[in-house]
Amino acid sequence: MTRLSSAFAKGRPALVTFVTGGDPTPDATASILDALVEGGADVIELGMPFTDPMADGPAIQLANLRSLGAGTKTADILRIATEFRARHPEVPLVLMGYANPMTIRGSEWFAAECVKAGVDGVICVDIPPEEDPELGPALRAAGVSLIRLATPTTDAARLPAVLDGSSGFLYYVSVAGITGMQQAAQASIDEAVARIKASATIPVAVGFGVRTPEQAGAIAKVADGVVVGSAFIDLVEKHGADAAGPIKELTAALAAAVHSARREIA
Amino acid sequence: MQDLAILLWPAPKSPPLPIWTFRKGSAKRSAMTVQTPNSFRNQPDERGHFGQFGGRYVAETLMPLILDLEQEYRKAKADPAFQAEFDDLLEHYVGRPSPLYFAPRLTEELGGAQVWFKRDELNHTGAHKINNCIGQILLAMRMGKTRIIAETGAGQHGVATATVCARFGLPCVIFMGATDVERQKPNVFRMKLLGAEVVPVTAGAGTLKDAMNEALRDWVANVHNTFYIIGTAAGPHPYPELVRDFQSVIGKEARAQMLSRIGRLPDLLVAAIGGGSNAIGLFHPFLDDASVKMLGVEAAGHGLDKEHAASLAGGRPGILHGNKTYLLQDEDGQITEGHSISAGLDYPGIGPEHSWLKEIGRVDYTSVTDVEALDGFQLLCRTEGIIPALEPAHAIAAVKKIAPTMGKDQIILANLCGRGDKDIFSVAEHLGVSL
Ligand SMILES: Cc1ncc(COP(=O)(O)O)c(C=O)c1O
Repeated sequence: MTRLSSAFAKGRPALVTFVTGGDPTPDATASILDALVEGGADVIELGMPFTDPMADGPAIQLANLRSLGAGTKTADILRIATEFRARHPEVPLVLMGYANPMTIRGSEWFAAECVKAGVDGVICVDIPPEEDPELGPALRAAGVSLIRLATPTTDAARLPAVLDGSSGFLYYVSVAGITGMQQAAQASIDEAVARIKASATIPVAVGFGVRTPEQAGAIAKVADGVVVGSAFIDLVEKHGADAAGPIKELTAALAAAVHSARREIA
Repeated sequence: MQDLAILLWPAPKSPPLPIWTFRKGSAKRSAMTVQTPNSFRNQPDERGHFGQFGGRYVAETLMPLILDLEQEYRKAKADPAFQAEFDDLLEHYVGRPSPLYFAPRLTEELGGAQVWFKRDELNHTGAHKINNCIGQILLAMRMGKTRIIAETGAGQHGVATATVCARFGLPCVIFMGATDVERQKPNVFRMKLLGAEVVPVTAGAGTLKDAMNEALRDWVANVHNTFYIIGTAAGPHPYPELVRDFQSVIGKEARAQMLSRIGRLPDLLVAAIGGGSNAIGLFHPFLDDASVKMLGVEAAGHGLDKEHAASLAGGRPGILHGNKTYLLQDEDGQITEGHSISAGLDYPGIGPEHSWLKEIGRVDYTSVTDVEALDGFQLLCRTEGIIPALEPAHAIAAVKKIAPTMGKDQIILANLCGRGDKDIFSVAEHLGVSL
């Protein structure tokens, strides 16, 4: 069993948490990641900063700019991952970001660095299945999960293409929009997750717009995992390098809600 | 003037290669093992790739829409009624065909090749941008979309988009970098007069790339009813192809006009490049005419060793805004800010077909600085009584360097893709004149 599949096989839904690497500084990220683990997160998504985060709302855009402004390099992100792996041998770590920083030195280079750093999976926002050759083959050959996104516009005809070649989990983006917007109506999430789970053999995690334990708990009733991002980014923006405490607190509240949600769909 | 041109041109024969000063690309080219295709005009492939460039690098939310758009475009292209409506609007609303003009005093002053201009600055709204906007808004209506968004740099594409939205009664939101809002005030006012909402974008340096990010964010959130009219031959497939096709009216007309006026094709085409739409529109219909050389002119800003916007000269391949192409970026793939005196050229990327044409060696690319462009701007004002936009002023600056190195029997055709009304304030400032 891989670290990722174990995280979704604990007999309860998983809490997946996102923060931008290097925000507010590369050195501050380790304590933020530790707070997520201590608070009870099951999967950690580490954002690779990019100058042009086209799919992100204002909160994560600013986090990207703070990180780059602090001088964060790709090498820093890989170092943060390597050190995280040394401290937390069992917690799955996923890199999330945009195509250009991931592919600029070649996809084989990136896949090899992921393996070296103990990274379990990669989410690339702007490489749809149609452009899979850009990154997918290299990751699969290296044994790194390619985690794809499905959205409200992914209809039944497209879903098989999205699932084909992806592993680890499927990230269902519950709103057609950018990060940090309002959550989708619960009923539409229930319907979409049921539809996707009917064809997916990998776990389905739901994210975008999820901020509170109540929202997270409601989604965890139907999904295998719940992803929370902007709410943590807001805490980093507010508390800077001292964000670990408040982040651990929020994580614990979210984890309690997610882990205790009664699952209605097996 | 036409007569003079005919006098200067002895008899149609295969012209010698112009020995212009920008041959660096050719040396590189011969070292590369790129196969020459049978035609340069059958790109992209069915996946939207121009060689290794182009493609559809977008978020999953947009992917179904991009596929729809492609399908609808294929149908429109094959539909004579669509083509007829496009042609009719270009003739009676835009004012096409635009004239082909021989520039006698500029030619004389430069003392070499004959200089001709394709006068797309005479179009309604003052630039080539409107050609593309007409095509795209017809597509938008075919697809049943009820809201239009666009990005703009110099404001010319924003004005052209606002114009077609007013013409067809669709609501219009224009994203424009805050820096550009400041330096292109007349166009901001024009867009508002035309009924558009102008949203200043403060992210990044507040220029064209940031405006494009914001337009993409709006689009992702409003895919159900919104059509994104991209202003240049870039973005995810099928945009580079359809923008090229709509802008190709420039080259198709110019080619026919040349043949009917003087019975031969030009030796060299020259066009300025921001994203590359006016250039590809001029070049594409000539790509399989082996005797016709082509030169794209990027913005060298303060100089290629300083801040500039020349992605081919100073960038390398990467992925941004839905396509793989040459980009200005650092070693980590972070995009760097472009700089040009011309807001319309101030973009750190370039349309993917140009990246391909550069690699395959069919088109040469050079760059000219802000100072040279200002000089070209004044040169055309003084010699021909035409005030060009700062974008084609880059093409004029390149013509100024090349024409003297070519024979008097040779012909340069440059794209005069915009008029300078929008630029007089910033040119005055650069020349130290307060208005
Ligand atoms: C007059 C004019 N020319 C050229 C450009 C650059 O765009 P492109 O390279 O797509 O022609 C612009 C862009 O705003 C423009 O307004």
